[in-house]
Amino acid sequence: MSLAHSDAPEAPTTAPARAGTPATGVSDGPAAPGPGVPHVVGRVDDVPPGEGRAFVAGGVQVAVFRLRDGSLHATQAACPHAGGPLADGQTDADVLVCPLHLFAYRWSDGVSTSGAAPVRRYPVHEDAGRLVVTV
Amino acid sequence: MLGGRPAGVSTLQFAMDDADGVDTRQRLVVVGNGMAGARVVEEVLERGGGEQFAITVFGEEPHGNYNRIMLSHVLAGEEHEDDIVLNSHDWYADHGVTLRAGVRVMRIDTHAKVVHAADGTTTPYDQLVLATGSRSFIPPMTGLYSGDDELLPGVFGFRTIDDTRAMLAAAAEHERVVVIGGGLLGLEAARALQGHGLHVEVVHAGTHLMNQQLDPDGGAILKQSVESLGIVVHLATRTTEVVGPDRVRGVVLADGRVLDADLLVIAAGIRPVTEVALLSGLEVERGVVVDDQLRTDDPDVYAVGECAQHRGELYGLVAPVWEQARVLADLLTGTDPDAEYHGSRTATKLKVAGVDVATMGVNRPERDTDEFLVISEPRRGVHLSVVVRDDKLVGATLLGDTRKVAFLTQAFDRGTPLPAERIRLLVDLSDGAEEVGVAELPGDSQVCNCNGVTKQGICDAVAGGCGSVGAVMDATRAGKGCGSCKALVKQVVEWAADGDVTEDPSASWYVPGVPLAKPALIAAIREQQLRSVSAVFAALGPGGAEDAKSKMGLTSLLRTVWGAEYEQENDAKFINDRVHANIQRDGTFSVVPQMKGGVTTPAQLRRIADVAEKYEVPMVKVTGGQRIDLLGVRKEDLPGMWADLGMPSGYAYGKSMRTVKTCVGTDFCRFGLGDSTQLGIDLETRFQGIESPAKIKMAVVGCPRNCAEAYVKDVGVVAVGNGRWEVYVGGAAGASVRKGDLLATVDSPAAVMQLTGRFLQYYRENANWLERTYDFVPRVGLAQVKAVVLEGSPEVLADLDAGIQRSIDAYTDPWGQDGAQPATPGQFRTALPLVDLPKVPVR
Ligand SMILES: Cc1cc2nc3c(=O)[nH]c(=O)nc-3n(C[C@H](O)[C@H](O)[C@H](O)COP(=O)(O)OP(=O)(O)OC[C@H]3O[C@@H](n4cnc5c(N)ncnc54)[C@H](O)[C@@H]3O)c2cc1C
Ligand code: SF4
Ligand code: FES
Repeated sequence: MSLAHSDAPEAPTTAPARAGTPATGVSDGPAAPGPGVPHVVGRVDDVPPGEGRAFVAGGVQVAVFRLRDGSLHATQAACPHAGGPLADGQTDADVLVCPLHLFAYRWSDGVSTSGAAPVRRYPVHEDAGRLVVTV
Repeated sequence: MLGGRPAGVSTLQFAMDDADGVDTRQRLVVVGNGMAGARVVEEVLERGGGEQFAITVFGEEPHGNYNRIMLSHVLAGEEHEDDIVLNSHDWYADHGVTLRAGVRVMRIDTHAKVVHAADGTTTPYDQLVLATGSRSFIPPMTGLYSGDDELLPGVFGFRTIDDTRAMLAAAAEHERVVVIGGGLLGLEAARALQGHGLHVEVVHAGTHLMNQQLDPDGGAILKQSVESLGIVVHLATRTTEVVGPDRVRGVVLADGRVLDADLLVIAAGIRPVTEVALLSGLEVERGVVVDDQLRTDDPDVYAVGECAQHRGELYGLVAPVWEQARVLADLLTGTDPDAEYHGSRTATKLKVAGVDVATMGVNRPERDTDEFLVISEPRRGVHLSVVVRDDKLVGATLLGDTRKVAFLTQAFDRGTPLPAERIRLLVDLSDGAEEVGVAELPGDSQVCNCNGVTKQGICDAVAGGCGSVGAVMDATRAGKGCGSCKALVKQVVEWAADGDVTEDPSASWYVPGVPLAKPALIAAIREQQLRSVSAVFAALGPGGAEDAKSKMGLTSLLRTVWGAEYEQENDAKFINDRVHANIQRDGTFSVVPQMKGGVTTPAQLRRIADVAEKYEVPMVKVTGGQRIDLLGVRKEDLPGMWADLGMPSGYAYGKSMRTVKTCVGTDFCRFGLGDSTQLGIDLETRFQGIESPAKIKMAVVGCPRNCAEAYVKDVGVVAVGNGRWEVYVGGAAGASVRKGDLLATVDSPAAVMQLTGRFLQYYRENANWLERTYDFVPRVGLAQVKAVVLEGSPEVLADLDAGIQRSIDAYTDPWGQDGAQPATPGQFRTALPLVDLPKVPVR
């Protein structure tokens, strides 16, 4: 028995020798943040500790999270998996978990620990009680 | 990058000869950093080759070495890509191996003995190993390429982690995929993508699926199993044209049919990568030709893995790779200068689209005298066959049931005697006669094909102190490939440990983030007076760390333990519990008002109708739990709706007591033996909203005709006449169907209420998180449940009664409460879609 070497029974007569890699270029993660524009989206107190809230920053929908350790994180608002509302997710120091199918995304690089496409992250910081997201 | 290291950290490190600082070792260069190349390096190092050789590995992929066969799992979202790394960049550095990741080798100058790489460098070698593997074969089709070399956007091969990432990204954005190829790879891709919610069609040129491994009958049964997953299969046709032009829009089949598609995955077989060998003047037929010492026609150049052609055979599976790597390492290091590779047997175990498949040797009789035994059970998706020649097993195919694979592999390998009753080859007859189990497997028989782990390897790990199946799997990698051998690994471990196997500790933890089983966790919570989820993590989490996926279970447990004294933390709740409604696939919510016992009034119905109109509720649905569901409600509308409804929450969203269904019992039914309606209303009143490890559904019926399905509820109560009621527990009519177990027959509604409370509390205190009663009751055993809730000591029963009462007393209607005063700022703020949100100007 010859193994799975060719799953097509009759080999086509002309076989172009081309790599089977896709045309779509994929980066290893979200691109390094370019020089974005800062937007004040609200106040830090608008986001309760450990939770997330959705905002619009310069026309872009973002979800902003304030972790229990006080750190701030911002991601795209819709889950890369199937568009779930990430601001309704649950968090810990390492990951954000989407409420719809519980895919988890790492804060450090946006990569999904469950095999979905990575989530896009945005720089966010506090400025005198105001929440500033750079997109 | 996969298995990468932070930028700027050097991966170069040479072990120098101490005396004069000159490396006197031979130079070993490996071209190709896939499963074969990296395994050769590992095997060479294992034989002390680090002192003999300065090793350099070229890999075209920028990553460390990863387990390619796990890509199907990554694509399916079952594994994270970080978990399939076999050798990270650090591993190479730590072992003094130079990894030239992301560098393609162009050709080898076998006379000058140097390697020319695409980055312009030249690297001298003394010994060279080619391990360039295969690539996806892309059959010719009109419209497949957008530019000269570029595949049309949306077209993918399935070979590398980059292919897999690209497919995952595309799967998130698109809906329809056509997979070309109904072999192992194609079916794996199809199932994985279907799991992401895509509509999947498989186009296969053969007349049956997996025609390389299965006979037509087996293929037909596999087709049924695949189709029952919802995957469409087109056989005996090929794709002639890709519809574009900007990206994939569909494909045209040879018979003229057109299939719509946003993605096209090509898994039509693989072809060895031979360019380097060809350009270097080495002998290439279909693959790089090697002899029994894996040598090419140049004495210092070897080839292993899928790029190598040995005795006319090409291999497409990983088991032969391991055998070749061992032989080559023996030769290179001189450990066994006469080592030879004689080809690999073709016994394979696979898991395809969730179906276990094992094949060896031939799959149908070839001579008149061959014996052929087939057991075909299409309805169960099982197809088993063996071919026996001259009293020896020469072939076997197991589809859907691979329990006999250990015995058959042994018989196939060693030609061991076969039972006279041939049917025993395929099934264990119930008389229990001499079963050939793991005990008789020879030590060197391979248990895990994917990672080349033998029975002896597993036994050694157990002897070396691995006490659990998980520990053995971590130590040996057995079972960490395609996973089809896990059951066998478990059997061998149990046999080797002589039954002395510990459960994996984490299996007993209540939630993954706190390393304690439920009783110990409850004890610690009580003892240390931990009243909030963050306090539990701080005191009991590893290093005090919180864990997102554990929060919901802990919230539920704290409420069970503390009742009203539990300290609320909204972020520790799942979104449903934060906003007291059930989140839907589009981020909207469903609202289900309480309707005790399924009894309502015209006034209530009128109010529900008004509210549905006022808030433009897209769908009003009568539920299976005898209530009315308002679906598609925006989060920000929830408080207003609750206020307008003026009805309490029906708890249709929580891990809690949800509804009590009833029938009309003695009120109206001519068969009624008891007032089931009133008892149902009373039960729902008493236990409304009680949080529990998983949802609880109840029903009360007025006679055994069971009109409200009490036999299949978590708690079901049936009137049997003379004022007597039967109480059933652990029933289910969801994904699994189970008739409840009769807990007791009692003689008053008050006794039903008390017994229900005791059972619920026992379940709440002892069940694992998300364990429904239909799993819990069989797990602990009905006898045990009875021993506690019926025959427990007065103290035990008093504790149960007090425990449930504490939660009953803590009940508040969440709609009344948070509707009036939000628990946190923005509790009901929309999370999606955001188009209408106010924008604060930039300053
Ligand atoms: C999705 C998937 C699922 C699979 N499932 C199973 C399974 O369940 N069971 C099983 O037994 N097998 C399975 N296989 C097959 C198994 O992965 C292969 O048999 C195995 O990877 C072969 O190893 P290899 O080293 O020969 O080739 P590869 O692992 O492909 O490694 C070759 C490496 O060489 C590199 N390379 C090529 N040319 C150059 C060059 N010129 N310069 C530098 N580097 C170069 C390539 O980039 C590649 O990294 C599966 C394969 C895939 C793709
Ligand atoms: S279960 Fe019995 S009492 Fe209840 S409605 Fe049906 S027939 Fe009547
Ligand atoms: S939409 Fe986020 S996990 Fe599915």
